[in-house]
Amino acid sequence: MIVPVGWYMGLAAALFLIGALGMLLRRNALVMFMCIELMLNAVNLTLISAGRAMNDINGQVAVFFILVVAAAEVVVGLAIIVAIFRRRATASVDELSELRG
Amino acid sequence: MIDLIWLVIALPLAGAVLLHFVGRLIKEPLSGWLASAAIGGAFVIAVIAAIPFLEGGEHGSYVLLWDWMPAVGARLELLWDPLAALMALVVTGVGTLIHVFAIGYMHGDERFHRFFTYLNLFAASMLTLVLAGNYAMLFLGWELVGLCSYLLIGFWFTRPSASAAAKKAFVVNRIGDVGFMVGLMVVFATFSTLSFSGIFERADSELTSATATAIGLLFLIGAAGKSAQIPLYVWLPDAMEGPTPVSALIHAATMVTAGVYVIARSAPIYEITPFASTVVATVGALTAIWAASIAMAQRDIKRVLAYSTISQLGYMFLAVGATAYVAGIFHLMTHAFFKALLFLGAGSVIHAMGDEQDMHKMGGLLRKMPVTAMTMGIATLAIAGIPPLAGFWSKDEILGATFARGGWFYVLWIVGLVTALMTAFYMTRQWVLVFLGEPRWDEGARPHESPPVMTTPLIVLAGLSIVGGLVNTPLRQTLERFLEPSFELVHIQHPPEGWLMFALLAGLSVLAALVGLGIGFMTYRAPRQRWRAFEEAFEPLWGTWEQAYHVDDIYGRVLVAPGEKLAEAAAFTADVRVIDGAVNGVGRLVRDIGQWSRPLQTGFVRNYGVLFLGGALVVVVWLVAGGS
Repeated sequence: MIVPVGWYMGLAAALFLIGALGMLLRRNALVMFMCIELMLNAVNLTLISAGRAMNDINGQVAVFFILVVAAAEVVVGLAIIVAIFRRRATASVDELSELRG
Repeated sequence: MIDLIWLVIALPLAGAVLLHFVGRLIKEPLSGWLASAAIGGAFVIAVIAAIPFLEGGEHGSYVLLWDWMPAVGARLELLWDPLAALMALVVTGVGTLIHVFAIGYMHGDERFHRFFTYLNLFAASMLTLVLAGNYAMLFLGWELVGLCSYLLIGFWFTRPSASAAAKKAFVVNRIGDVGFMVGLMVVFATFSTLSFSGIFERADSELTSATATAIGLLFLIGAAGKSAQIPLYVWLPDAMEGPTPVSALIHAATMVTAGVYVIARSAPIYEITPFASTVVATVGALTAIWAASIAMAQRDIKRVLAYSTISQLGYMFLAVGATAYVAGIFHLMTHAFFKALLFLGAGSVIHAMGDEQDMHKMGGLLRKMPVTAMTMGIATLAIAGIPPLAGFWSKDEILGATFARGGWFYVLWIVGLVTALMTAFYMTRQWVLVFLGEPRWDEGARPHESPPVMTTPLIVLAGLSIVGGLVNTPLRQTLERFLEPSFELVHIQHPPEGWLMFALLAGLSVLAALVGLGIGFMTYRAPRQRWRAFEEAFEPLWGTWEQAYHVDDIYGRVLVAPGEKLAEAAAFTADVRVIDGAVNGVGRLVRDIGQWSRPLQTGFVRNYGVLFLGGALVVVVWLVAGGS
């Protein structure tokens, strides 16, 4: 049985919404980070399913690029979070507002 | 010999360079002798190289040293022709004597070697000017002599008046230079070259009379600046702030004649425009009588000579304006002899009187300084135009040629004749005030004759002032034949033919000279009250003359004061308010924008998230709605 592409899109939208809300509502840097990953992969899902539905390889190619970039971004982001955590013993982003104008 | 002609410039230049770098190490008189040897060597070379011209008919030739800017015909090339040779001989000959004199005059000055550095540099610059084979190189020399003039007027720069005089000379000369430069641009636009040979041979066929008039008048502006003619003469009297040998060399004998030289050199251009020539002659005649009247009432011994120089330069302009080029150059030469002598004599007097320049505080110096008195007496007779001394022949040739031109030139001739009378008067007045009568010295003055190093040049120059005029008498026109090849493209104005006319004209000018001489002698021979009364009888005219017609005041009020106002407006309104205002305004604008927008940067990551999401939503909605 073939699942219609709309379901995939609905799932992706739900995942994205969860990620976005988590990003806006949570304070823990690590959780926010995971939410960003969630949003990224929601987008990946839309690309894959659209590519498959339209019989186009480009969807998968784009996802590979996103995965690679996301992996690199995770390395940097986690390193920053660990560094902050070591100095501050907290991961709450609300206490990190030194860069305000 | 002509291949070595570059040495005439190179020798004094080498002297200047040498003295500049090692002058401090060379003891006092030696550096002066070194400089004198440099210019004396140049004189010897010039004499030898000028021998072929003595026969007459020899044209001379161009010597190419280096292709400088071939595109505009501006090569470093020298033109060695009779006119250049004569100028070089005057510059190096009189220059050598003045160098030697200065060894005595500058004795004890702590910047002795520096003075001779400048003198040598000046000689090299002036020789560049007169030997130049094109207008570009001539202009190079023109500017360099201006620089040397500035350095030497301001030699005693610790005196505020000296540095002010140097600045004034420089600025007034720049005004003239602008005219000269624009003239050169017109020349280049017309001929696409600046080389003499290219211009003069084609001038007759390619130059319209309107363009020639423009060039002629623009050159006149430049010449009026350098040669101190109305209205740009005001710098020369102030230039007397320089040491006296400088006044003799630069502001009497050589540099100030550069304007006359340029006009004579450009004769083929003036040939096409009688109007510009007439303007030159008129400016010259006006300057002659104007400066002579001022000279009559001066008290400062050097200022009399300064105004006298302006007046005599006016004669030269009158001559070249009347196209009597040979007469003009002839007077340039004789004037170099007797005016250099007068300045050096004045220097000797000033030296003896302990830096006193007021003639009212002199008198009776004949016994104390017989050599100076006799030589200056000869120069006085020469400049007054008493035959057979040098000044008579040259001045008479100018007046004769002016008379022969006719028309408007009759008026200029009368002006010249009256000037001759005034010249004789003020020169006699000076000589009598300084050397005759009762001593009016300040307490403690110990006048004494100057050392031989100073009197020898005086004696040589006195000899030249006596016989110098004999090179061009109506009987033997040696100078005329000598110079003719340089002026073969133009018509040279001569005095009227015939002995009767010569006797009549010469008789008139001698009469004028004798009258002036007689009045001057009789008046100032008398005791002080008598000549004071004579001067007061001419009030308020005398006072006006003494104040030089208040020209400096008028220039100050009409030109300098508005100029200062303009500068102030430019500096404190246009610059501070407008220019700085615009720059500061941009800075303030950027700062204000930053100040206003900095609250947007809250530092809270979730805040950015909301903004980001909102932005993304807007884009999505826009795309869904159809884009564009």
